[in-house]
Amino acid sequence: MWIVWFLAAGACLGSGIAVVSMTNPFYSALALIGNLASLAVLYLLLAAEFLAAAQVLVYAGAVMVMFVFVIAYLGGRADAPWAGGSPVMQTAAVVAAVALLVEVVVVLGLAWGDELKDPAQVSDSFGSPAAIGELFLTDHLLAFEITSIVLLVAAIGGVVLGTTHEKGRP
Amino acid sequence: MSGPGVGWYLIVAAALFGIGSLGVMLRRSPLIVLLSLEIMLNGANLALIAFARQVGDLDGQIFALAVMAVAAAEVAIGLGLIVAMARRDMALDVDQASALRG
Repeated sequence: MWIVWFLAAGACLGSGIAVVSMTNPFYSALALIGNLASLAVLYLLLAAEFLAAAQVLVYAGAVMVMFVFVIAYLGGRADAPWAGGSPVMQTAAVVAAVALLVEVVVVLGLAWGDELKDPAQVSDSFGSPAAIGELFLTDHLLAFEITSIVLLVAAIGGVVLGTTHEKGRP
Repeated sequence: MSGPGVGWYLIVAAALFGIGSLGVMLRRSPLIVLLSLEIMLNGANLALIAFARQVGDLDGQIFALAVMAVAAAEVAIGLGLIVAMARRDMALDVDQASALRG
């Protein structure tokens, strides 16, 4: 378990740094696919089987294909050299990111001692598609329906944004 | 649970969130900003799933699934905006798009 965790967490953080630091967005997108896949391994270790499958299918599959298509469509225009803002802004960004990280770690460290010690005992069906589906269609039905509306609105929005208006026509 | 405790997963989640926020703030290309945003969302998702495992309650996993759906919607809209920017011959630079006029 530790070995799997170590490999997955290392791949996760390494590919995350690669996504942020690459100049070619195509490589960034590929690194993000690796990041999502190694996250799916971590989800499996946390007994979230359905979410691991959804992560690979929806995220690493569908969403990233969309990304790669757009990057291919843009071609050379998509290149992203490291031209940042002024040095002051760059320093401020790094300070803000480190401050965020320190805040999270401090909060976790405070809770680490007693509350994070013993994880709950869970049955084999914890995180299975059946358990998730049952919860979604009973306790969280409203969230389920709202999610479908959000996706519909996003799909329509994507079509509207992608439509070209020829000159002289509405 | 044999293997690493939930705290170790939370550290990875925090580090992912930090890396993603660094990318959002430092990079200028809207594509890279969107990709970094995905890393931030996934860091939050990992924390949700870790806590769901800790307390033995599936509600956290449901929340993570909702976050995934919202992320997919956000990518659809964000990529649509980037393609619209490219069609209008704007430079693909978030600083150039500071005024949201047609």
